[in-house]
Amino acid sequence: MIGQPPLLEIKDLSVHFRVYGGVLRVLDGVNFHVQAGEKVGLVGETGCGKTTAMKAILRILPEPQAVVPQGEIRFKGEDILKMKPDRLRKLRGKGISMVFQDPTAALNPVFTVGQQLDPIIRHASSENHKLSRQEVRQRSSVPLREVALADPERLLRSYPIQLSGGMRQRVCIGMALATNPELLIADEPGTSLDVTIQDQVLRLLHDLVERKGTSVILITHTLGVVRETTDRLYVMYAGSMVEVAPTQRLFASPLHPYTQGLMASVPRLSGGGVAHGIPGRIPTYLSPPSGCRFHTRCPHVMDICRKEKPPPFQVDDQHAVACFLYKDGGGATSRVPQ
Amino acid sequence: MTEDILIIEGLKKHFTIGHHGVVRRKPITVKAVDGVSLKVRRGETFGLVGESGSGKSTIAYITVGMYQPTAGTIYFEGADLFTNGRTRPAALRKQIQIVFQDPGSSLNPRRTLRQILELPLRIHQPDTDPLMEAMRLLDLVELPFEYLHKYPQMLSGGEKQIVAIARALATKPSLIVLDEPTSALDVSVQGKIINLLIRLQREFDLTYLFITHDLSLMRNLASRVGIMYLGKLCEVAETATFFQNPQHPYTQMLLSSIPVISEAEEALKPAKIVSTGEIPSPVDVPLGCSFHTRCPHVMDICRQVDPVMVETGSGHIARCHLFEQPAELVAGFHPELAHTGAVQ
Amino acid sequence: MTHQAEAREFAPTLTRSRVRELERKNRLDNLGRAWYKFSRNPLSIVGAATVLIVTLLAIFAPFVAPYPEHVKPFTDFANASLPPSLTHAFGTDEIGRDILSRVIFGFRDALLMGVTVLALVVPVGVLLGLVAGYFHGTRIDTVIMRLTDIFLAVPPLVLALAIASVLKPNLFNAMMAVSLMWWPWYTRLVYGLTSALRNEFFVASAETLGASTSHILFRELLPNMVSPIFTKMSLDMGWVIIIGSMLSYVGLGVQPPKPGLGTMVASGAKFLPDLWWISIFPGLAIVVVVLGFNLLGDGLRDLFAAEEI
Repeated sequence: MIGQPPLLEIKDLSVHFRVYGGVLRVLDGVNFHVQAGEKVGLVGETGCGKTTAMKAILRILPEPQAVVPQGEIRFKGEDILKMKPDRLRKLRGKGISMVFQDPTAALNPVFTVGQQLDPIIRHASSENHKLSRQEVRQRSSVPLREVALADPERLLRSYPIQLSGGMRQRVCIGMALATNPELLIADEPGTSLDVTIQDQVLRLLHDLVERKGTSVILITHTLGVVRETTDRLYVMYAGSMVEVAPTQRLFASPLHPYTQGLMASVPRLSGGGVAHGIPGRIPTYLSPPSGCRFHTRCPHVMDICRKEKPPPFQVDDQHAVACFLYKDGGGATSRVPQ
Repeated sequence: MTEDILIIEGLKKHFTIGHHGVVRRKPITVKAVDGVSLKVRRGETFGLVGESGSGKSTIAYITVGMYQPTAGTIYFEGADLFTNGRTRPAALRKQIQIVFQDPGSSLNPRRTLRQILELPLRIHQPDTDPLMEAMRLLDLVELPFEYLHKYPQMLSGGEKQIVAIARALATKPSLIVLDEPTSALDVSVQGKIINLLIRLQREFDLTYLFITHDLSLMRNLASRVGIMYLGKLCEVAETATFFQNPQHPYTQMLLSSIPVISEAEEALKPAKIVSTGEIPSPVDVPLGCSFHTRCPHVMDICRQVDPVMVETGSGHIARCHLFEQPAELVAGFHPELAHTGAVQ
Repeated sequence: MTHQAEAREFAPTLTRSRVRELERKNRLDNLGRAWYKFSRNPLSIVGAATVLIVTLLAIFAPFVAPYPEHVKPFTDFANASLPPSLTHAFGTDEIGRDILSRVIFGFRDALLMGVTVLALVVPVGVLLGLVAGYFHGTRIDTVIMRLTDIFLAVPPLVLALAIASVLKPNLFNAMMAVSLMWWPWYTRLVYGLTSALRNEFFVASAETLGASTSHILFRELLPNMVSPIFTKMSLDMGWVIIIGSMLSYVGLGVQPPKPGLGTMVASGAKFLPDLWWISIFPGLAIVVVVLGFNLLGDGLRDLFAAEEI
């Protein structure tokens, strides 16, 4: 896996939005990559820009407010940002597919599941002739069976409102995987679901992806969700990646003060009270802080943090931290007492 | 004074959401709450846990007066909350307040914080200066005074929820019902809110009925926990006992599914019970024990008879056939019966 | 930690005047933001400008019109039926009256009709809609909405014509007729909005706190509906003006010699196509006014529907 060019690579991506009052400088030089067959997690809280980054990949940012002043998004070497509309259309669905956060909103309430699967099956088919309704119906049962939904025939005739939340999310996953994409982006796939159903859905996603060899970007703001389902983890704050490491490494020794604050904020099953969280709030993108965007809330802020933005420093094989505390690299131990 | 400030007795809430058929018009009923009894002690934080369809939010809304019970009632400090039906006397009304789950829709986007906070002050403290009292409320929750002129959209999710808490405090209540107050917030903000709630509880001797689905949070906040499934209580226990010795199969299933972030915590979870199948819809509650369709320990009796709540330890009650004594079993179980007999 | 250790010093640092100042700044900021969103679409600006110009012309008609006396009974056969020229920009009609002046005064009646009808219809319609929506499912709801349905069941123009023909034909009665058939639309609109909004948590919160019904209707619910109501009002101005013109055209509204736009179109119709300017200019004036209000209304709708990033 290592040594091969990445399946998806985001290089130095910036995304701004033009609004009343100025420009929202949301993404500020994002670097991110996914290897073929990898499952990468992206952890970040509300407003960190993770959804913006994913929308940039599929080029579904709101025009005309969104502006991409710099950066590249390369999928198998090709820059998505420069693709022509035709090529882009082929890419969406076949190359990269997305599962959205709220399955209720992602499914059109006035069409049956079958009617919504129809265009996807047609888009995915490699045949040159127009598929007959019979053929489409046959092929439609396949993705539904793959997501462990019983009685696909009845489901194809059902409307989204007749299904439970978990079933809807599974339909969305099925739809996203129906085209056999090489990369699946799952945006908070379990957030609106109950914890037992979320467990089921994530488990299913994991199995499916293993079986098909799909690469996955799993976005979430809940740390617990990614622990068992990803190989590598990015942590995002206010528009850039602050830390990246193999998943077990990150949980065992989080280095960036934000990551540490995040981990410390999660209530423990072992008891011990509720931590105080991270003081302050996320900065406004209209006039973000100079230098490191986290410096206003960082317990270990130094002078240089206010002036310069820290680049990612390689601390270990595959573990990088964008923090001046680790300027000189440094072994497997954390500089900061936890 | 550790008496019971809130006593819920046999509470039922059924909603009719439509009718079957054209001629006979059989009503379709959602049994959101179907016979719940529990007691909340003054000064404690009682955690009510459950998934969607469990009825936990409905209990919250009934307690606060938004819904009228279909059967059963609730006593607050000994007084029946529903003697006058829809109209609750102002004196009782101010004692019980609620903080809703979604801070985005619980604050009117067209009103400034000043107007939002002054509303309860004007109603319940008409002889005081509303502006001064509004400032006092903001001070209590450690928000800057300048926020008074802001609209809710200008605040972050956490700040909005803090305002909702301040508003609940405006009437000087004794009991605050919190319906998933931090579920919509990021974890780094959650801590601030929870610690604020803890401080306020100490300062004003408040009792909390805390509703959530986040069991890890419950572990660190509640003094007692009750778990609900499809409108009925399954298990109630002191927090430590609840987590160390969960009795009901549903509790065990729930605990085994929690996403945790450390191996140490993983070891504390009960053995993995993979949940199969869907949560039944509250319109179509299975006969017998409502959990039997997903229960790994299901027995014949479970499909026919709804279990009774029994005491399995000091202060620990559970509603499951696994814990019933033979005498109780015989009393309820008739193999030839084809329908459930609610032995309550 | 004991209670005492946590007691804080309450030091209110905010004065009343500072609060007022901040709230004023807030309002200005909101207006600025609204203008920014509104001005994204140039057509909305065109609409707003048109409405503004027409309104100013209407208000200052006696000072702006070149021949203000021509709107009163007046004849000048020497200068009759003149085509558009430098002295008479829109020409003169068959008895010598300057058409430009009459059109400017015609704006007066058109706007007056629009404003009056809306001033009557909006409060009544909105109030009924609020009450019916809030008490959704009760008898009040049924009574109000069935009444609304009855009024809506009659074809609007037929109703207006029927009423206007029973009463003496003049502007005032035309306004009454139009009002009677217009209010149900606002009730319908507000009923739908209220029924949706009343399940929001902030309404439940106000109820739990013990707020009175009138507070909830007018202070909690109504402010959230201002946007669709204003949009509809702007678009309605155009409609009312058209219907008023139609009534005048068939002789049930503004009576000659008063300068109603529809009346002028009617009385000039028999001279088409030779003396085209007598009908066409008043007709164009109607188009301009209605178009202006429509563009403004569309702009308002886009403004209120715009998503925040």
